[in-house]
Amino acid sequence: MVAQDSAIKTQPIVINMGPQHPSTHGVFRLRLVLDGETVIDVEPVFGYLHRSKEKLEEERTYLQTLPITDRMDYLSSMTNNLGCSMAIEKLANIPVPERAQYLRVIMAELTRISSHCFAQGMQLQEMGAWATPLMYFIREREKIIDLFEMVSGARLTFNYIRPGGVSQDIPPEFIPACYKFIDEMPGYIDEYEQLLVQNEILRSRTMGVGVLPRDLAINSGASGPVLRASGINWDLRKQDPYLVYDRFDFDVPVGQHGDTYDRFMVRMYEMRESVKIVRQALDQLPPGPVTANLPIVIIPPPGDAYAHIETARGTLGFYMVSDGGANPWRFHVRAPSLINLTALREMIIGHKVADTVVIFGSIDIVLGEVDR
Amino acid sequence: MTKELDGLTAAEIVARSFPDGIVEVLASSIVIRTDLLAEVARYLHDTPGLSFNYLEGIASVDYIDYFEVVYNLVSLEENHSMVIKVQAYGREKPEVPSVVSIWKTADFQEREEYDLMGIVFTGHPNLKRIMLWEGFPGHPLRKDFLEFDHRNIAPAGD
Repeated sequence: MVAQDSAIKTQPIVINMGPQHPSTHGVFRLRLVLDGETVIDVEPVFGYLHRSKEKLEEERTYLQTLPITDRMDYLSSMTNNLGCSMAIEKLANIPVPERAQYLRVIMAELTRISSHCFAQGMQLQEMGAWATPLMYFIREREKIIDLFEMVSGARLTFNYIRPGGVSQDIPPEFIPACYKFIDEMPGYIDEYEQLLVQNEILRSRTMGVGVLPRDLAINSGASGPVLRASGINWDLRKQDPYLVYDRFDFDVPVGQHGDTYDRFMVRMYEMRESVKIVRQALDQLPPGPVTANLPIVIIPPPGDAYAHIETARGTLGFYMVSDGGANPWRFHVRAPSLINLTALREMIIGHKVADTVVIFGSIDIVLGEVDR
Repeated sequence: MTKELDGLTAAEIVARSFPDGIVEVLASSIVIRTDLLAEVARYLHDTPGLSFNYLEGIASVDYIDYFEVVYNLVSLEENHSMVIKVQAYGREKPEVPSVVSIWKTADFQEREEYDLMGIVFTGHPNLKRIMLWEGFPGHPLRKDFLEFDHRNIAPAGD
């Protein structure tokens, strides 16, 4: 057998996947070292979309920092606004009216559904189911964006959640439209599951592929669906409840194996749980003001504050330092997309090139947030 | 609800093993001696009952006189969190020990702070720029970094 093995000489070959590649969700390069079709080493290279947002924020007033957070994770702008607002509120001790907290929960959960829709659609796209499943998911995402357009006037960068509450109250037609959407959404999720979950190709492409072991997931700082798929029950909405999440009844789906299939299914179940939360928040929505009366220029006392929330991609944290002036002295973002990539090397090594795309897609990154 | 250990509690925990390791006790965090960072981190990670097994984030701040690196530690088992800070002096080559061997998540985050803030994490296995390209002049998040200004470019032909 030895003679046969050495008869065919192979040598490792380096391939750059990206920066321009249809599966990299943006401009991102994977430097793969291949032995035949098998990946033996991988190094992610990024920074192509780096806009130095943390530096830009330092020149703006606290209110002006918000529109830039929209453009970090552009698939879940609402939750980025939320995290930034919460850090500013913590820094300057700003109270948030109860109605605004409920509205924030509604927007954050709708964002989670729309972001997961996109993630699932792209995941299927990367397995070769070109465009058709993506269009099914985008159909529902479109409805959520219509709802967001109703409240904020924008379709991608909303800038709706502000320090001290939200920018304006919801219009009267929002509540029936939102009820209509969450009445329909479970049926659509059933449809996705019928179409996809039992699909032979999906199961064979994802089961046992890209396993992230439990210990490595914790040690590498993974968060969100990537962490939970590895069997760790850690969701900041439950473990460190912010806003009014402790008033709602919902479950946190947790995977078992940490493979791509579990990450896919965790996202699928999370959409259902988000629908449950939105319904309860709409039922309990109290009347009242939606914003604390704040001056246009917020001047927090000197000090630092860290606020973190659970977004569709994981733990999004904002660390802000104030020197007592009108601009933040330091504005640091703990970006879940970047940190979830830490264990990418261990997840990919040993798999085929075609699986690389699927594993990379299952982490669900947004390059605007990785590079910032 | 994650129990946020305040400065006094955190100082008491660290002082059990490192009586002279604490530089300053703040309201919600502690500043520890920079040279002891790796040992303190190992102790906080390994000790049962503390088990800070999750490093949520690393941030660095330029206070002009010194640099500060902030570590947000969380224990997923005990559900408590703690903030430790270290200070690095000198603008040429501020050094802080790396914690990559304890928490792998520090890999990209330390590289990011090295790239943008210019803090050298000693012992990092692969300390190179992560967002900017090799050869980029300076570290943009420092307060003395002069921003590139398009208005300063001389028009062609002048």
